[in-house]
Amino acid sequence: MNQWRSFIEGNWQSEVNTRDFIVNNVSPYQGNAEFLEKATESTEVLWQQVMELTGKERENGGVLDMDTRTVSSITSHAPGYLNKDLEAIVGVQTDQPFKRSLQPYGGIRMAQAACNAYGYELDKEIERIFTDFRKTHNQGVFDAYTDEMMTARKVGIITGLPDAYGRGRIIGDYRRVALYGTNRLIEDKKKSLKNTSTTMSEDVIRLREELSEQIRALKELQTMALSYGYDVSLPAQNAREAFQWLYFAYLAAIKEQNGAAMSLGRVSTFLDIYIERDLNEGTLTEEEAQEIVDHFIMKLRLVKFARTPDYNELFSGDPTWVTEAIGGMAIDGRPLVTKNSFRFLHTLENLGPAPEPNLTVLWSPQLPEEFKKYCASMSIKTSSIQYENDDLMRLEYGDDYGIACCVSAMKIGKQMQFFGARANLAKALLYAINGGVDEKLKVQAGPKMAPITSDYLDYDEVMERYTFMMDWLAGLYINTLNVIHYMHDKYSYERIEMALHDTEIVRTMATGIAGLSVVADSLSAIKFANVKVIRDENGIAVDYVVEGDFPKYGNNDDRVDQLAVNLVETFMSMLKKHATYRKSVHTLSILTITSNVVYGKKTGNTPDGRREGEPFAPGANPMHGRDTKGALASLASVSKLPYHHALDGISNTFSMVPKALGKEEDAQNGNLAAILDGYIMKKGHHLNINVFNRETLLDAMDHPELYPQLTIRVSGYAVNFIKLTREQQIDVINRTFHENL
Amino acid sequence: MIGNIHSVETCGTVDGPGIRYIIFTQGCLLRCQYCHNPDTWSIGSGKDITVEEVIKDLKEYLPFIRASNGGITVSGGEPLLHLPFVTELFKECRKLGIHTALDSSGGCFSETPFFIRGLDELLQYTDLVLLDIKHINDQKHRKLTGKPNAHILRFAHYLDKKNIPVWIRHVLVPGITDSEEDLTDLGQFIRTLSNVEKVEILPYHKLGVYKWNVLGLTYPLEDIQPPSEEAVQNAYQLLTVHN
Repeated sequence: MNQWRSFIEGNWQSEVNTRDFIVNNVSPYQGNAEFLEKATESTEVLWQQVMELTGKERENGGVLDMDTRTVSSITSHAPGYLNKDLEAIVGVQTDQPFKRSLQPYGGIRMAQAACNAYGYELDKEIERIFTDFRKTHNQGVFDAYTDEMMTARKVGIITGLPDAYGRGRIIGDYRRVALYGTNRLIEDKKKSLKNTSTTMSEDVIRLREELSEQIRALKELQTMALSYGYDVSLPAQNAREAFQWLYFAYLAAIKEQNGAAMSLGRVSTFLDIYIERDLNEGTLTEEEAQEIVDHFIMKLRLVKFARTPDYNELFSGDPTWVTEAIGGMAIDGRPLVTKNSFRFLHTLENLGPAPEPNLTVLWSPQLPEEFKKYCASMSIKTSSIQYENDDLMRLEYGDDYGIACCVSAMKIGKQMQFFGARANLAKALLYAINGGVDEKLKVQAGPKMAPITSDYLDYDEVMERYTFMMDWLAGLYINTLNVIHYMHDKYSYERIEMALHDTEIVRTMATGIAGLSVVADSLSAIKFANVKVIRDENGIAVDYVVEGDFPKYGNNDDRVDQLAVNLVETFMSMLKKHATYRKSVHTLSILTITSNVVYGKKTGNTPDGRREGEPFAPGANPMHGRDTKGALASLASVSKLPYHHALDGISNTFSMVPKALGKEEDAQNGNLAAILDGYIMKKGHHLNINVFNRETLLDAMDHPELYPQLTIRVSGYAVNFIKLTREQQIDVINRTFHENL
Repeated sequence: MIGNIHSVETCGTVDGPGIRYIIFTQGCLLRCQYCHNPDTWSIGSGKDITVEEVIKDLKEYLPFIRASNGGITVSGGEPLLHLPFVTELFKECRKLGIHTALDSSGGCFSETPFFIRGLDELLQYTDLVLLDIKHINDQKHRKLTGKPNAHILRFAHYLDKKNIPVWIRHVLVPGITDSEEDLTDLGQFIRTLSNVEKVEILPYHKLGVYKWNVLGLTYPLEDIQPPSEEAVQNAYQLLTVHN
């Protein structure tokens, strides 16, 4: 086949197997960044246009335009362009860039609220159809929720549940469209459909329906691409087509799903193979290659969904988590770093820093030194990169995994997850003390048991009750998720993303916890100091006075760090006791995005001295200001959390002023790379790196118009600082800044 | 062996090469007007810690230290007030192949046989000394620190004689340590030493002022602002120019 000319042969030809294609054809790159080219004139003109539209969008209150009458589907809209003559990669979600699509399948109320929030009105007929005739995911979930689930949601002991919007966190293997073309993929799926069991159990019926939907979606993808003038039924011929084919596949996914995280996978090294071939054939220059990358990334920066202000408050800004995993090592010991790994990171210079796509470097101390230095220098310049432990993940997922959202690893095309938001373990601790009564709403939200009545908290007594309360929470949590994902599959199935998966896949039930450091410190206070309880007139514990000092999580002190480790292991083992929807595998994350602010708001005073409403620390971070031994002690504490029991990821956010990394630029780059090496060797999982001055952030709060591209990393992903609420901005600034001088 | 320390910083990046595990010892003889660690002045009021405890904790950070070609720095306070402790500690670090640095003002240097014997032993295990010369002019040194500087300059020569690599550091305080004449003199002094690997200008900053307030002390340099970037560059030129 001409499209596959000069590729090294392998199993990838006889079966759909992108990984096999990559390991056979990759050209690892050990060199430095000097080969990189600047933005072309076209790139600059296009980016200027994007920045102007971004400015207008901000002036317009956050949304420039919304489609209120066309239900978005793969083929719903005519082609849209920024500037057809200049774009190397084409395609936007609707018929115009910056126009947000209408996606009611997750929930019509959410779609309606999103319109109203920005001064638009949802078409009456659409509203009627999705209220009276076509049920949505949201309605399905609420039909099945129990009273207990409703209460848990209201009090916020389980929050952020994807029950009113798209769940996301599913990564299609978008590379398959470039490598195989849709004809071959359809053929494959037809074969699967033919080979299902003929005993019509519920599982088999569902599988057959899903496969048929997948085939239909692939055909629609073909139609959509044709409307832009491209035939994706056959494999891509060259690099530009490969980028375009792959982008169309991703575009099809975001036209149909507005999931919380719509991640991209691991495409840069795959695409490098096509660029290398074109460079060798003399049909592409480095400048042109960078232009294609820049334009592709530009498109990913334009991904937008219609969301409500509430949603933005929970997730901070307007996130899409177009996560792209870069680098990592192959199982055979070669680095999977290519020139394209550099080109992707180089977009942060050619287009300036940005939160999306969520550039994620899979770090190993064995990565080429030049690449490590380059990453460190780009981190210091832009704060736009997150790092994850490839040595740890490669053992679990092999060498072709991607990251969904922030920290959730999954084998691409072979694994998906049911996103589970998180349970508030800090609130559960308060329930243990108050016999299941919510400390804020004063209602019986948990199982009724005798409250603790002593003046001072006794560690053993608290632990006994807390264990019981966590056990209750684990069961309720899993069952709630079972409802949600049953309904999502039924009413808002991700057909194109699943069409780009194998038919037989692994599913995980990705739970999460919030408040880990609050609980660890609270238990430490109860154990090592004296915690006096203050109760209100009804005998509900509402405040705590800590007498004496106690070890605090974040100082590499085993006495308290071990409490955090035990919490993770205990809660995970409790979750495992409960059966999951579609036999998904239980996993756990310690990740809170910036919703740590919202969780904190919903939680009363805690025995560690944290005040009511005060934000939790994000992810697995120690609480603000409690780490006194410096940055590495803080990293050492977090790195003790066992990844094996938290396979959905352990997020840590690390903020530094540039001077705290060293005096000269070389030293700063070297020290940052060494911090990453050290953290990975200590088996830490994930690290967000922010390098900026406090003054810059303070100034940006008051003069947002001067900082349209100021990007900072918060638990697991990057945000545009000026899009955060003021509360979140203050939280970010108050967080531990490591700035010894 | 027990030392009395103020605190530990696990991620030091400005006191020696690479990432440094820094121990701030408790106690100092100088009373520098710009001191950003006045809480380390009083002798014996810190936390007791054994060499064994330090080494155990330090080992936790070896991956970071090795990856950055870093090491341990003992700072202060004045580490030379803890000669036996630091000697024992550096000896253990040597066994682990950890680079050792001493961040000292030389304020308690003396030529008594007792002190020299102890110092010589410490220097056997010391890879680098960060020597802070507060002022080259003796009168001004007395005013700034409460002590003369002659023995400190002799300490610098002693390190030279022992062939111990040194980074000379000088805190640049506008109006106090930044006159061209003094900087030129300091530059001349530095050129009499053959063991200087690096000269660092530390721009005066006010981040430690709050500690003076907490301790109930009056901060004497309240009105002085940090130097400009240019002034720092200029001072560096004067200290390093070859004539």
